[in-house]
Amino acid sequence: MSSRILTKTLSGTVSQATKRATSSRVRCMATESGELRKTRLYDFHVENGAKMVPFAGYSMPLAYGSVGAVASHHHVRKSAGLFDVGHMVQSNFLGPTATQFLEWVTPSGLAALKPYASTLSVLLNETGGIIDDTVITKHAEDAFYVVTNAGRRDRDLAWFKEKVAEWNKTDLAKKEGGVEHEVLEDWGLLALQGPEAAQFLQTYTSYDLKELTFVCLRFPDECSQISIPPSETTEVAKLLSKGPVLLTGLGARDSLRLEAGMCLYGQDLNEDITPIEAGLTWVIPKARRETGNFIGAEGVRKHLKEGPPRRRVGLIVEGAPARQGAPIFHPTTKEPLGTVTSGIPSPTLSQNIAMGYVSSGFHKKNTELLAEVRGKSRNAKIVGMPFVPTNYYRGSA
Amino acid sequence: MFNAIRQSARSANLVRATRRPANVASPLRAFPSVRTLVTKRYTQDHEAVVFDDATGVGIVTVTDYAQSSLGDVVFVELPAVGTVVKQGDQIGAVESVKAASDIYAPVSGTVKEINETLSTQPGLLNKSPEIDGWLCKIELSDAQEITSLMDDAAYKAHCEH
Repeated sequence: MSSRILTKTLSGTVSQATKRATSSRVRCMATESGELRKTRLYDFHVENGAKMVPFAGYSMPLAYGSVGAVASHHHVRKSAGLFDVGHMVQSNFLGPTATQFLEWVTPSGLAALKPYASTLSVLLNETGGIIDDTVITKHAEDAFYVVTNAGRRDRDLAWFKEKVAEWNKTDLAKKEGGVEHEVLEDWGLLALQGPEAAQFLQTYTSYDLKELTFVCLRFPDECSQISIPPSETTEVAKLLSKGPVLLTGLGARDSLRLEAGMCLYGQDLNEDITPIEAGLTWVIPKARRETGNFIGAEGVRKHLKEGPPRRRVGLIVEGAPARQGAPIFHPTTKEPLGTVTSGIPSPTLSQNIAMGYVSSGFHKKNTELLAEVRGKSRNAKIVGMPFVPTNYYRGSA
Repeated sequence: MFNAIRQSARSANLVRATRRPANVASPLRAFPSVRTLVTKRYTQDHEAVVFDDATGVGIVTVTDYAQSSLGDVVFVELPAVGTVVKQGDQIGAVESVKAASDIYAPVSGTVKEINETLSTQPGLLNKSPEIDGWLCKIELSDAQEITSLMDDAAYKAHCEH
């Protein structure tokens, strides 16, 4: 979850922004941001010197003050960074059959999930394509908290509405009770990430924050997510951006998520890609693969049985970085084998990392392929992901 | 402003040269009696070109403003020596963590030389964008083209705009 916030909008913005990153463009963005949505923290960002850019329909911080994206990236890797992810859509699913409903709209095993535990999941369409990736937190059998991508807001909310209505007409829902979907509009959502994040948060939770209401979720990638009611968002953000914690923008978030091998919806995932192709088979427990009683099961099971036609892989590219859209070729036959979906020069590794999809059979580690950048072929070798391992936080969840 | 720097550097050399023994090559020896005019001009896309009217060659760089907005440069792609380019043609690219940025030819002409050092030290482009981190040298096919570009004051205004 920690890094699923970027969409195509950002990559577009950034590529245009670099060479022509004149202040006139910045000003132009500010004018545009009049039509953009703002999170509760908009003023807080501006006060902290953020450069605001349009992103997934919101005006979001790209970077703060004179701290560059690379310096910011390194700080989160060795210490801690605070991210505003309040543009993401926070929902509650409540009702006696909430577990069964969510096990129908996702392939996850939620009955087995312990209270207050979270899991990465996917919403699938009828053919098994990924509508969105999401993190689901179980509060109880009849109460789940779900976070989905801002860039998929309209699609997801329409889908939920349709599926809840359909569900509540079923015999099970009529007999045992239906499901209600509630969107936590305007709530704050912060992500605190980095090796020093958990310890820092520990110093606060006992006393300083006792007057404030918030929900803190811990994820195994050194990341905590804090959901805050609208009125208290800025106060919590102020408290959490002290000490070693630096405010961190979208720029560093993208490089961090890519180093972690995490997908960005709209670039690495879309409705034509099944979770099997995306290397997300692990989000579907074995029992659920067998029963197949979830939306999109047929497509998923076909790919499980026959093998997916293409697979998401990690690549190390020599010379120029291969970015989104770079074609991937066979080194001798020059046969087109796939496309890069995300790519950057990794600040941690000082190597060009990329992820993309290649035809099955060419997806094994150490396979040597070519990626084309501005008409020139570059050596691209398949490697495992994550590119940079995280130091897993093993504290109590 | 750049002219002034170049001129003062020349006069310093002149003074030193007169004090040196005759066997030390003076930088002025190549052009003993010609006082050349060196002009620096800028494009909207933040390239700069330093044109010497004695040689007809322009040294192409990105500006300091461009390098600071690009962030850490990790890769520089340059045109092949001998390439004939038109003003505005894409002649290369600069890659930073943020993005790939195209480099456009500020002037028309023939690429005479490229800065090979950038292939092993792309960071030079951040450290010294307008001097050591130069990109390529273009022999202008039309020296008049230089006048179509922005001068120092206009470029400064363009950046602040």
